[in-house]
Amino acid sequence: MNEGIYLDNNATTQVAPEVVAEMLPFFTEQYGNPSSMHQFGDRVGRAIKQARQQVQALLGAEQDSEIIFTSCGTESDSTAILSALKAQPERKEIITTVVEHPAVLALCEQLEKEGYTVHYLKVDKKGRLDINEYYRLLSDKVAIVSVMWANNETGTLFPVEEMAEMARSAGVLFHTDAVQAVGKLPINLKETSIDMLSLSGHKLHAPKGIGVLYLRRGVRYRPLLRGGHQERGRRAGTENSASIVALGKACEMAMAAMEYEKSSVKALRDHLEKGILSRIPHCFVTGDPGNRLPNTCNIAFEYVEGESILLMLNKLGIAASSGSACTSGSLEPSHVMRAMGIPYTAAHGSVRFSLSRYNSREEIDRVIEALPPILARLRKLSPYWQGDGPVAEPERAFAPTYA
Amino acid sequence: MWDYSEKVKDHFFNPRNAGVVAEANAIGEVGSLSCGDALRLTLKVDPTTETILEAGFQTFGCGSAIASSSALTEIVKGLRLEDALKVSNQDIADFLDGLPPEKMHCSVMGREALQAAVANFRGQEWKDDHAEGALICKCFAVDAVLIEETIRANGLRTVEEVANYTKAGGGCSACHEGIEEILVRVLADRGESFDPNAVAGEIKKPRTLLTSLQRVKLIEGLLEEIRPNLRRDRGDVELVEVEGKDIYLKMIGACSGCQMAATTLGGIQQHLVEGLGEFIRVLPAEELSRRTAMGG
Repeated sequence: MNEGIYLDNNATTQVAPEVVAEMLPFFTEQYGNPSSMHQFGDRVGRAIKQARQQVQALLGAEQDSEIIFTSCGTESDSTAILSALKAQPERKEIITTVVEHPAVLALCEQLEKEGYTVHYLKVDKKGRLDINEYYRLLSDKVAIVSVMWANNETGTLFPVEEMAEMARSAGVLFHTDAVQAVGKLPINLKETSIDMLSLSGHKLHAPKGIGVLYLRRGVRYRPLLRGGHQERGRRAGTENSASIVALGKACEMAMAAMEYEKSSVKALRDHLEKGILSRIPHCFVTGDPGNRLPNTCNIAFEYVEGESILLMLNKLGIAASSGSACTSGSLEPSHVMRAMGIPYTAAHGSVRFSLSRYNSREEIDRVIEALPPILARLRKLSPYWQGDGPVAEPERAFAPTYA
Repeated sequence: MWDYSEKVKDHFFNPRNAGVVAEANAIGEVGSLSCGDALRLTLKVDPTTETILEAGFQTFGCGSAIASSSALTEIVKGLRLEDALKVSNQDIADFLDGLPPEKMHCSVMGREALQAAVANFRGQEWKDDHAEGALICKCFAVDAVLIEETIRANGLRTVEEVANYTKAGGGCSACHEGIEEILVRVLADRGESFDPNAVAGEIKKPRTLLTSLQRVKLIEGLLEEIRPNLRRDRGDVELVEVEGKDIYLKMIGACSGCQMAATTLGGIQQHLVEGLGEFIRVLPAEELSRRTAMGG
């Protein structure tokens, strides 16, 4: 699959070759435990210290001790939310959004079963929040607000800096799941009121299995994992030193590539989007096109199902992802598409293309060429399609029996 | 990535009989937009012989939905309607060398489209009789609706009983939390609470209070109902002993030593469970002698 075209970078990214080179010695000669009192451990300890500073720089954190290494974004999310609940047992409410990643949503659903009240902020057709609704919910009963910085499916950005200010004024902790935003947008945490932030290494060309929880100095905190003094006792467990070093390098590279992301990757994304919209009828961009990540484009193709599109693309070596129910094996299409009120005939046909700085113009042109025949072929099979267009009143013309 | 068989891929990339059949006189439309799959099956049926001359499909759906539709049209072409109605969703899945558990509903959709089309040909209206729920058990493809209905209908209380009745949870056991959640909810509706330490089947009272003799006679009667099937394959079954929930049977004739004996016993168990209205376990008679030898 080396010849393939990879447009699924919001799912995961390739590990940058420079990052691999940086981490390899930590599997061989640099095997010491950073806690040990000898030179083997000391060298690894110094490398971790440097990585912590590289992460600090990318996030614009005030202190390097505000960086806690974890195993993944999900662990960071769980740690942040559960810490806020444990540290403030009198507060039984959580504010989040309907379009969060399952790492937050599934945890919140479980917390509801345990007696907590969760407020899910709704979104409009473009996936935007109602800030007034948020403002009204802030109270001294709320333990934590957890809102994603950028949506993984549509790339739509939430005004987390503004929302964090509002939370601070109300005396409420604010956490953001920023796994899609870090490395793609400039972030300067010391200038914000964000108390906690989650990031995931494999979304920015570091390996899988490494994440970070940013914890502002002074924020009341209770660890998820106890048992050792690692990460100043805030996340016990022997450090994943090779991956920590890798993440440090990846953050340094992301910092250097920030301008390129904002200009060149964005230009490629726009080229792809324009190419698709101009060549294929009955498709549209979902989310908030004017306010989103530079690398993401989510297009709903009406009257066909996403998994079928992905299978056809895969045959041509092109990788993307879909919000259809069938790709996840669930009964409903993506909760993000549903929350925005995208009709079923389009939600199931939503396809996400997420680029990286490793994509080329030539690759994008090949994708633009590949898609129209695929859509034509699948629409020919669809009961909602006839000849060159959808049947009149598709949802009424074909209304299958279903209990 | 789904583990699709080569046959599924073939029928997806090269679908057979795509499109609408001209002069179709049997049309079945089934599926659910919310679930993301819908199928229109069109058939041309010879009215005198009731033979399916041509079949065509239009499908909005994933790879396996399109492949299942394609397979269905290949299977039914040339069949008489009464034979076509015997095509099960498993037949469609088998034709495709199997489907992933999450995708078995695609084959169900195929069978339903066929039933709807036949009903349409006969001037009847077809009604979907099943609702589909979230998939709970991935080993045996059992969904939440089936589990909940089975718990309600049979007054089940434990995960083990659910596994005995529906197979759900009988494999890797990863879904036991999900099954417990359904049990908690259904039991709460009955004003009871879920007890994780309850022993399967033992708390449950039989629907009617039978004497031991009446119960044995009932078991004999139920076995009698099955006998014709066994005798057709030159086999038979003999009731050896009834010990509470354990019923010992001896397979005789062609059934003894048959490789399908375990499956047959499973089928008999299901029949006895339904007929007795209580949970019992069917064991081979050899098990009885082994237990006696071990002192109980």
